Amino acid sequence: MPSVDNVRPNPEELLRKVQADERRENRGRLKIFLGYASRVGKSFRMFDEGRRRKERGQDVVVGALQSGVTAEIQGILNRLDIVPPIPTRHAGRDYQVMDMSALFRRHPQVCLIDGLAYDNPPGSRNPHRWQDVSELLDRGIAVITAVNLQHIAEQQAAVERITGKRASNSIPEAFLHEADEIEVVDAPPDALRDRQKDSSLPDARCLAELRELALLLAADVVDHQLQEYLDSHGVAARWGAQERILVCLTPRSNAADMLRSGQRNKLRFHGALLAAYVEQADLPPKDRELLDKHLAMAREMGAEVHSLGGSDFVESILQFAREQRITQLFLGHTGRPGHSWLARSPIDRLIDGAEGFDVRLFPHGSAW
Amino acid sequence: MSGRGKLKVYLGYAAGVGKTYRMLEEAQELRQKGADIVIGYFEPHGRKETIAKTEGLEVVPRRVLIYNGSQFEEMDSEAVIRRKPQIAVVDEFAHTNVPGSERVKRWQDVHALQEAGIDVITTMNVQHLESLNDQVFHATGIRVRETVPDWVVDEADELVFVDLTPRALRNRLERGVVYSQEKARRAMENFFTETNLTALREMALRHTAHEVEEKLDAAGAAAMLGEVPGEPSDPQTPVKKERILICLTGRPSSAILIRRGKRVADYIHADCLAVHVGDPTHDRDAVERHMSFARNLRIDTHVLPGSDVSGAIAKFARAQGITQIFMGRSAPLPWWKRYRETTVQQVVRQARDMQITIVSERRR
Repeated sequence: MPSVDNVRPNPEELLRKVQADERRENRGRLKIFLGYASRVGKSFRMFDEGRRRKERGQDVVVGALQSGVTAEIQGILNRLDIVPPIPTRHAGRDYQVMDMSALFRRHPQVCLIDGLAYDNPPGSRNPHRWQDVSELLDRGIAVITAVNLQHIAEQQAAVERITGKRASNSIPEAFLHEADEIEVVDAPPDALRDRQKDSSLPDARCLAELRELALLLAADVVDHQLQEYLDSHGVAARWGAQERILVCLTPRSNAADMLRSGQRNKLRFHGALLAAYVEQADLPPKDRELLDKHLAMAREMGAEVHSLGGSDFVESILQFAREQRITQLFLGHTGRPGHSWLARSPIDRLIDGAEGFDVRLFPHGSAW
Repeated sequence: MSGRGKLKVYLGYAAGVGKTYRMLEEAQELRQKGADIVIGYFEPHGRKETIAKTEGLEVVPRRVLIYNGSQFEEMDSEAVIRRKPQIAVVDEFAHTNVPGSERVKRWQDVHALQEAGIDVITTMNVQHLESLNDQVFHATGIRVRETVPDWVVDEADELVFVDLTPRALRNRLERGVVYSQEKARRAMENFFTETNLTALREMALRHTAHEVEEKLDAAGAAAMLGEVPGEPSDPQTPVKKERILICLTGRPSSAILIRRGKRVADYIHADCLAVHVGDPTHDRDAVERHMSFARNLRIDTHVLPGSDVSGAIAKFARAQGITQIFMGRSAPLPWWKRYRETTVQQVVRQARDMQITIVSERRR
């Protein structure tokens, strides 16, 4: 598969892109440090980056801190300007609200904000701190911030399954995708536990599971960034590091086997599972029924189902596989030679045309 | 002796992300806690901040070797073993030693240290992993020659991902922190492009996640034998252990086939075998090279004599309880032979109850 193809976006797309680019140009850059649990050291990494930037001559200011600053971090903070958050008490709870007007007046180049997922008390300028961050970005201030996995809204169900706990405050995952950069702060669970005897931390096994989740989340964000970059530079999709499995459904294929294997590979590789069929006008009712059953099964197993047009089955599948950056294609076969000795069978043609993906053939099963 | 030493690997996705720095930072912490730690090998690359991190750490002098009239320095493993510290820090795990060294690869030196009961902390980049070689080539256009078999890294007790965003890395390059200005400029135009770095970073993230999951599986293996984590267990369909058979030829594409088959086998926890059928004298060197490559990746290899390739493969697969056969694409037949079946077609017909995966070459 050629990795560089020119794709021509339509005018509306272009306009949207130009507007988005303009907005981005004036917007401050957002960098997020992502950790899988507290005590992995994200705050330290964030403030340390602030220190290095200040040493290189950038105007850096601290906009928000978390309580319980370690000696290491305090050492850095001593060398940075701080715009102190305003302590606020509401309904018996203590809040630290960023002093937005002071930050606007001060207008630094870079603002360091710990605890991205914090909530503001009712009556504040914004209900959530990440919205405050968004405003700073709109005013052209770059923000470096830090967040833990359990505070990403879309990840909270998975985190709860692991730890049995759910954090009350969160940020939308889309905010993570919006960031110009995210950096993962990784450390083995043992290092964490030694760092501080913290009874609120889950056990080593839970920590390992959270760690895996955070790494995969970061991989997805990075994958999106790569695709966006390629799209915006007019480069056609090419494979990322993710395995993408396409199951080709036909009425007679052994759909159950193919989908089960596909689902298993999806889980194992943390990949994507797609299923596709090529529309046929003259399908006998019995085959139509079988196909519908297969499609329902595919949906039930969490596959993304696509209907393909086109007069040539092989061409439609090949083109779709290319567009979708497929790495494994599953296909049923009867094990019998093609109908004609001279014409290449569809399977042979698919194998010949497969560029950059494997073709896995599944026997049709005893009935066929 | 306290048994085999432990291994910890700092994994990065490119030079300059800060692996060595992180490793030395940990070394300093351990030293302050009173550990007996030495530097077995350290590659300064002229990076000031990194060099500063070695201050106060004991260094075992390197061994000087002469090869082709030039002088090379390698880790003096024997001297490290004689010194026998509790922990040794060894940079660049994937390094190939100069000919004439005791061992071919540095990871083998590291194994020798571990055998002697020394814990080792080391560094490597994701592109040196054997199983990712084709993917790295596809994404970046670079064919990495210095590789480490995956099992070597799988055996590490700990793997830590060292992250830095591609933008920050490119800034570092621009500032001349990683390489000299001239070298940095060339690097940024070639290997260190935004897309290459992003693709490599994603691979490193996914690989680290995979290793974390493997360790979790191993820890919980007794409790959930044969079950895929996250997959609802279905009592009606007991999970049968998959067995993958890779069909080797003397063709160069066999290397891709081996890596791909092994990677899939590793991920789905399948057994992995390789077979070559044919005249033992034909293509002997190439076949033997692929066989030994497969064995290095801990694949169980077999050679079957005979000229009926597909028949022998089908029979062997059946006898071995194979569930999936991996093959390369057959070379196209000349037009006057088109009425004949290719090897792939023959195997599909003869092993009609088995799944067959045809691996295409990964090109740019």
